[in-house]
Amino acid sequence: MYDFTYHRPKSVADAVKLLKDKPEARAMSGGMTLIPTLKQRLARPSDVVDLGAVKELSGIKIEGANVVIGGMTKHADVATSADVKAAIPALAHLAGHIGDPQVRNRGTIGGSVANNDPAADYPGAVVALNATVTTNSRKIPADEFFKGLFETALADGELITSISFPKAEKAAYMKFPNPASRYAMVGVFVAKTASGVRVAVTGAGGCVFRVKAMEDALAKNFSSAAIKDINIPADGLNSDIHGSAEYRAHLVGVMARRAVDAANK
Amino acid sequence: MTAATGIGARVLRTEDKRFLTGTGRYVDDLPLARATYAYFLRSPHAHAKIKKLDISAAAKMSGVVNIFTGKDLVDAKVGGLICGWVVKDKHGEPHKAPPHPVMAVDTVRYVGDTVAMVVANSYDEAKDAAEAIKVDYDVQPANIDLAKSFDKGAPQVHPEAPGNLIYDWEIGVKADVEAAFAKAAHVTKLDLINNRLIPNAMEPRAAAAEYDKGTGNYTLWSTSQNPHVLRLILSAFVLGIPEHKLRVVAPDVGGGFGSKIFCYADETMVCWAASRVGRPIKWTAERSESFQTDCHGRDHVTHAELALDKDGKFLALKVETIANMGAYLSTFSTAVPTYLYATLLAGQYTTPLIYANVKAALTHTAPVDAYRGAGRPEATFVVESIVSKAAAEMKIDPAELRRKNFIPSTAFPYQTPVALQYDSGNYPPIIDEAMKMADYKGFEARRAEAKSRGKLRGIGFSSYIEACGLAPSQVVGSLGAGVGQWESAQIKFNPTGNVQVMTGAHSHGQSHETTFAQIIHDKLGVPMDQIEIVHGDTATTPFGMGSYGSRSLAVGGSAIVKATEKIIAKGKKVAAHLMEAAVADVEFENGTFKVTGTDKNVPLAQVVFAAYVPHNYPLAEVEPGMDENAFYDPANFVYPAGTQICELEIDPDTGTTEIVNFTAIDDFGNIINPMIVEGQVHGGIVQGVGQALMEGAVYDKSTGQLISGSYMDYTMPRADNFPSFKLGYKVTPCPHNPLGVKGCGEAGAIASPAAVMNAVHNALAPVGVKHVEMPATPLNVWQSIKGAQRQAAE
Ligand SMILES: Cc1cc2nc3c(=O)[nH]c(=O)nc-3n(C[C@H](O)[C@H](O)[C@H](O)COP(=O)(O)OP(=O)(O)OC[C@H]3O[C@@H](n4cnc5c(N)ncnc54)[C@H](O)[C@@H]3O)c2cc1C
Repeated sequence: MYDFTYHRPKSVADAVKLLKDKPEARAMSGGMTLIPTLKQRLARPSDVVDLGAVKELSGIKIEGANVVIGGMTKHADVATSADVKAAIPALAHLAGHIGDPQVRNRGTIGGSVANNDPAADYPGAVVALNATVTTNSRKIPADEFFKGLFETALADGELITSISFPKAEKAAYMKFPNPASRYAMVGVFVAKTASGVRVAVTGAGGCVFRVKAMEDALAKNFSSAAIKDINIPADGLNSDIHGSAEYRAHLVGVMARRAVDAANK
Repeated sequence: MTAATGIGARVLRTEDKRFLTGTGRYVDDLPLARATYAYFLRSPHAHAKIKKLDISAAAKMSGVVNIFTGKDLVDAKVGGLICGWVVKDKHGEPHKAPPHPVMAVDTVRYVGDTVAMVVANSYDEAKDAAEAIKVDYDVQPANIDLAKSFDKGAPQVHPEAPGNLIYDWEIGVKADVEAAFAKAAHVTKLDLINNRLIPNAMEPRAAAAEYDKGTGNYTLWSTSQNPHVLRLILSAFVLGIPEHKLRVVAPDVGGGFGSKIFCYADETMVCWAASRVGRPIKWTAERSESFQTDCHGRDHVTHAELALDKDGKFLALKVETIANMGAYLSTFSTAVPTYLYATLLAGQYTTPLIYANVKAALTHTAPVDAYRGAGRPEATFVVESIVSKAAAEMKIDPAELRRKNFIPSTAFPYQTPVALQYDSGNYPPIIDEAMKMADYKGFEARRAEAKSRGKLRGIGFSSYIEACGLAPSQVVGSLGAGVGQWESAQIKFNPTGNVQVMTGAHSHGQSHETTFAQIIHDKLGVPMDQIEIVHGDTATTPFGMGSYGSRSLAVGGSAIVKATEKIIAKGKKVAAHLMEAAVADVEFENGTFKVTGTDKNVPLAQVVFAAYVPHNYPLAEVEPGMDENAFYDPANFVYPAGTQICELEIDPDTGTTEIVNFTAIDDFGNIINPMIVEGQVHGGIVQGVGQALMEGAVYDKSTGQLISGSYMDYTMPRADNFPSFKLGYKVTPCPHNPLGVKGCGEAGAIASPAAVMNAVHNALAPVGVKHVEMPATPLNVWQSIKGAQRQAAE
């Protein structure tokens, strides 16, 4: 790890100011991605702005038809929240299957979504549920948030303060974990919400993506039979020692059907 | 002795108290005043010439104390690292022995090869400086693909081994085997790869060293499984520090699995540099360094053929193997695919004729050496895979085919055609018990039920034998070993009656502090809490050979028993004097000396006290003190054997395999502590299942980069991958050691890959899959199913 200056602001405003003032500064929530990156000397921030003391960033609230989760909320808190379990059980289930207990008790929804690891689980939920990402300066709809491999719509120094998930009529997440890392090798989130049916795929490509053909078929008939003949092209999907693009494409179909079945249970 | 804590009792582990409360003391925990920290610059290339190595900028950086390169070692006339086992090829020539410089001089030969050592006031400063070292590499093509290593035009690893061939070795008479094949009713052929593994001990390798200028003494703390052997190698071959001036300490060590047997560059450098730097040096590998530089295991490409008569009797076996040595020959690398592999190819069977040919190849990858089981898992995988395949081809029940060919219990000692003489065993009751426990009869019903859920269920056997308890010194000496393989023990009573037991074995997870204390308690009646087992320090323990090859109890435990016998013999003389009786009339039982047929008695503690305060003592006949040494050289290897049955379910939609039942019945001879043995078996099975389903070291075939270089890509088995294991024992005591024990440390890992893969093949046979290589990952299984479907469609 290279040396850096450590800050622990108490408010979003102070955190944003620090990040704006120091162009080489990085925000840190749980440090689950940032710390290993620093330890491997893959990043060299001048300053690290620890969001741990920013109280306003944590917590889960029900606001009308939405579940609003603060950016610093830990995976373990989402997984065990009675509100989340009641409103969108699939989201609690997703959070409960991220990493291991240590990771779930440090890692945060804001950090995960801001990082936009192609194999992360949360982006699937954000897109499928058509959530809205709220930052210190604006609201960003899910479809505009994830831009590509580790890329998001966030500007430098912009912080995710919360994410608002519309309640779902039906929803489920099926994850095929990478055998080694247990990140999503393919994760499919299907949801039927007020804004329609969405199928979001994470892990398989460079960035979370939707499968329109499945969404259209499911909108007509929300059953796994409706999508059983829909094949995903392997072109452009990730390929590595754990899964070829062809295998991932196949798994998208399997996981999507299983997710629909689970959502119908 | 009392059943509660003596031999056979499930005594909780003494060492767990400190391990579970975080008070163990590992190498990295050492507080050394004025310590410096080392960081090793590693090669980023699999094969390159070093055109220029410039440390000038790095040397000026803050906190840097010293930087060493390969050239400094040449100038100081430091020797190379050695391979301690000379294997003679089929023409009687010793194997090729290319030099293994401690740090690269002009060429790097694998990703991770050591290029420079930076010593600084802090670890981060050492790392900063390493980044400032400028190396100008001329990258060369690399030989990565083992199967193609001997091809014309394959990149050459060392000029001293033309064609990348270290040896072409054989055992058995080829012509006799061929003749038997000519008469066979059935021949089963099998091509397989024994996948390369990375050991992943929980504690990474670490070293620390200190030089005392006043005395000229060096102390090296190292995560070694065999501190005396490490000292011997460093003294006699590499650094030239006289043995009596070098103390090697291996304190608490967090797992080894073989990878900490060997003498590595890092600890050698830390030790050597300590006197040059004039301050203590500390080094602990980062996990990525462990992946790249710990010796890897396995890595064979094999073709095997089994000849059977029409009833399924084995007539002959022939095996051709290419074994990967990596870029340099590590300490015991040459022995692993020869004497620890081909000698096991008889398995539990009466196969009368066996021929094996092994070619060892150099590649531009990390050195490969012994890893839990070392050669025996590879042999068992060949034998047990081909036997199950033959059973399937001949439509004979796999258990039946095994039984038909088992060595009968009346045939021991049994001379195999591949050099070993099995001392004892009784295999049929083992497989019977395993089949009962696994409910083999009910399997077809379970398979049908699984099918109704869309799952492919399979069952697989592995009836293994292994030779461990290394080893009769004269036997291994005649085969090329550079060391003896006895073990030592010293029992040192203190005047107040408690006892320190020094063992040359080393515990890095094997629970010696408990098991060995149980032996002492059993034999001498000393309460468990009055016994201290001391190991891992050349300054306090007698010379010992360390722990590997499941030898600690069979050889080290036997040495302890011999030492207890000496204590008892001496004690009898003292007791006879104290009780005014004849020595011949004194007997020893439950910690007390008695005069036969009387109620006269004197406890051992009192005898010990008399020995240290010899006021009333037979000084004319007996020396004072109660301190005995013993060395034990075994008469033979020991031969644990058993049967494992694995039952699993495959999800054909995803290729995922789930183990649903796992049964292991073992014959480990007498058992000192069943709980500890179960722990060893559990860990062994898990490691073997890891090899079968998950683990695989993957190098990029062209660049030689280690793709599976972290836990993001190297799949370790985890607790939730397993059901509860069903374990059981059958006992045929070892006839030639005083405890009647065999080894249990490696058996689980030796047997389980074949059990799992036979089950995988059994599950996939109905969908037309012929062969799946290890690791049978979801991708691999799914592709195999798809391949079979495509073939069926054509
Ligand atoms: C062993 C392990 C296993 C894991 N397994 C999984 C898994 O199965 N599935 C999965 O989805 N994830 C997994 N993760 C990732 C984990 O879910 C973390 O959420 C993720 O690493 C982000 O970590 P963090 O929340 O601690 O953020 P940090 O590491 O602190 O930050 C990550 C990045 O986000 C930025 N950032 C942090 N907070 C904010 C914010 N509020 N606004 C804007 N930018 C911000 C930081 O500057 C940094 O660039 C795993 C991680 C580990 C270490």
